[in-house]
Amino acid sequence: MRLLEYQAKELFKEYDIRVPESIASKDIESGRKDAEKIGYPFVIKAQVPVGGRGKAGGIQKCHNEDEFELKYPEILNMTIKGEKTRAILLEKMTEYEKEIYLSLFLNRSKRCYTVISSAEGGVEIESVKDQVIQEVGLGEVTEKVAKDVAQKIGLAENSIPHFVDILQKLSKLTVEKEAELTEINPLVILKDGSMMALDGKMMTDDNSNFRHKELAKYQEKTELEKKAEESGFSLVELDGNIAVIGNGAGLVMSTLDMLTDNGGKAACFLDVGGTATTESVYEALTLISKMKNVKAVLVNLYGGIVKTSIVASAFLKAYDDKIIVLPVFARLMGAESEKSKEMLKDSETKLSPSIEEAINNVVMEVNK
Amino acid sequence: MTDIFELLKGKGSEKQPVIVQGITGKFGTRHTKLMMEYGTNIVAGVTPGKGGQKFENSVPIYETVKEAIDATGAKISIMFVPAKFFLGAAKDALEAGIKLLIAIPEHVPVQDAMKTIELAKQKGAIMIGPNTPGVMIPDLIKIGIMPASPFKFGNVAVLSKSGTLLYEISNNLSTSGFGQCITLGIGGDPINGTRLIDAFDMVKDYPNLDGIVVVGEIGGDAEEVFAQKIIDEDFKKPIVAYVAGRKAPKEKRMGHAGAIVMGNYGSAESKIEMFSKANIPVAKRPVEVPILLAGKMEKK
Repeated sequence: MRLLEYQAKELFKEYDIRVPESIASKDIESGRKDAEKIGYPFVIKAQVPVGGRGKAGGIQKCHNEDEFELKYPEILNMTIKGEKTRAILLEKMTEYEKEIYLSLFLNRSKRCYTVISSAEGGVEIESVKDQVIQEVGLGEVTEKVAKDVAQKIGLAENSIPHFVDILQKLSKLTVEKEAELTEINPLVILKDGSMMALDGKMMTDDNSNFRHKELAKYQEKTELEKKAEESGFSLVELDGNIAVIGNGAGLVMSTLDMLTDNGGKAACFLDVGGTATTESVYEALTLISKMKNVKAVLVNLYGGIVKTSIVASAFLKAYDDKIIVLPVFARLMGAESEKSKEMLKDSETKLSPSIEEAINNVVMEVNK
Repeated sequence: MTDIFELLKGKGSEKQPVIVQGITGKFGTRHTKLMMEYGTNIVAGVTPGKGGQKFENSVPIYETVKEAIDATGAKISIMFVPAKFFLGAAKDALEAGIKLLIAIPEHVPVQDAMKTIELAKQKGAIMIGPNTPGVMIPDLIKIGIMPASPFKFGNVAVLSKSGTLLYEISNNLSTSGFGQCITLGIGGDPINGTRLIDAFDMVKDYPNLDGIVVVGEIGGDAEEVFAQKIIDEDFKKPIVAYVAGRKAPKEKRMGHAGAIVMGNYGSAESKIEMFSKANIPVAKRPVEVPILLAGKMEKK
């Protein structure tokens, strides 16, 4: 899961990585109390699970109560790159000499963790030219390696021990929480050479969630996404009006791409998975019926081990129970697709021989 | 480099023996039957606590992979164990001497996959997966969960991150006259026992190889590294690619644990750009794959 800044910083604190004094809140009443505790001036930071919030105005300085009353609601109501602000972090301003970059990152092709660091921080790492990259196997960083990285990025002598300390703690955090990425950007160097994490980003491995009950409180899933997970399929809610269902993550992504290419907007990505049953597909249709803004359903199935007739039965049952009242456009291929077409022939489902045709039809329908 | 074709084909008329770990589970049972129907030589099953029993009254079940190997001499195992027990089962297999491990389970933690790969390296073994549909040589052997119907024997290798797209695109290839010499699922996880570049190394010297189809998707940089390898090795046979997830939102996992874009890392644009540098055409839709492949072959 993608942790918000304040959540990552809670973990940083737990691992004794220094962060500025800060308090997170979700409404202005709590925010006012936090403001008193922290004292002006401070920074108001939008908590969103996406980068680039600074440029979007999601981080603003606040000098007094009048500014607070204006800026807190403004930032709380912001949508940044399609993501609504989840919470607000009020953070004490820190005086520092220099910003640097530090992260531990799972390099998928090399199949090992890498330490990435740079003397240039506070900007997106992709735009930084002088990166020091060090492979560290399963994520453990020795003192020697940490020192080596510190020297390579040209840190001053008095900062090196602080850097080594933070990097080793970050490594422990990464390995113990099974993160794919932990990033401090910027990591700032204070006057006395010590360091502090001004921002924090973490992405943990969802497949290891069963070993990390302590992270469950950070899990951000909508009711629908939770229900989907319980039923064994994956659902990602999107902001369009056409629900996209299929079997297999690749096939559903491919359907989403083609739909978008043709001017359609997906309301969700729903993969019924490789073990779908009539019941689970019926459950999927029930979920979709509860989604707002959906005007039509697009179904793309390649029957293999999951036979298309299993899905066809679920549709018939859903029509009987009046779960589906929306127009449905489907393309069924593969195992038992002829049988399924026969089953659905008298239903409201509009079948197409190709996904291209089904997409054209669904786009026309919602633009009617 | 282990010759995957030799390993899958076996010697002489004897079909290569295969062990199934987790043979008594619902999923394992179903797919074992389907593999046997396809002609795969399933010689033993392993389910702790069920040793001594028989699967379908014919295939003996053992407590450990070691016992199964001692009795059958098999070098290949396919795993249907739950993700939580994956690491233990994989160790059992690799330490007992399995040389090719087909890891079907989805939701295996990244750290467990990395530890398994380390062990496989030490033992000189290969893992395909986790979260793979498996590997097959059409009409000869199927070690996986793919349906039989999309595949026809021929001379094109298909390497895919996605399962269903592997079936869909292989079906498109088959109906357009491009049979397959091997189809291999890399898996949709962040960490793969056999990466795209490893799979390429396995198939590139196959004598009758006419071309390769790569089915990629967003997440990681397997496609970019593959394209770079094609450039570096100056590989001349036709290659066509497909990339799913061009329109997926950033920083969201799209069904597969590995299908996630972080910043520019893993984006479809980055992959398509590298493919085009390597002179590999990228189909916008699955149906275009055989058309592009035919075009590539004509130009040759």
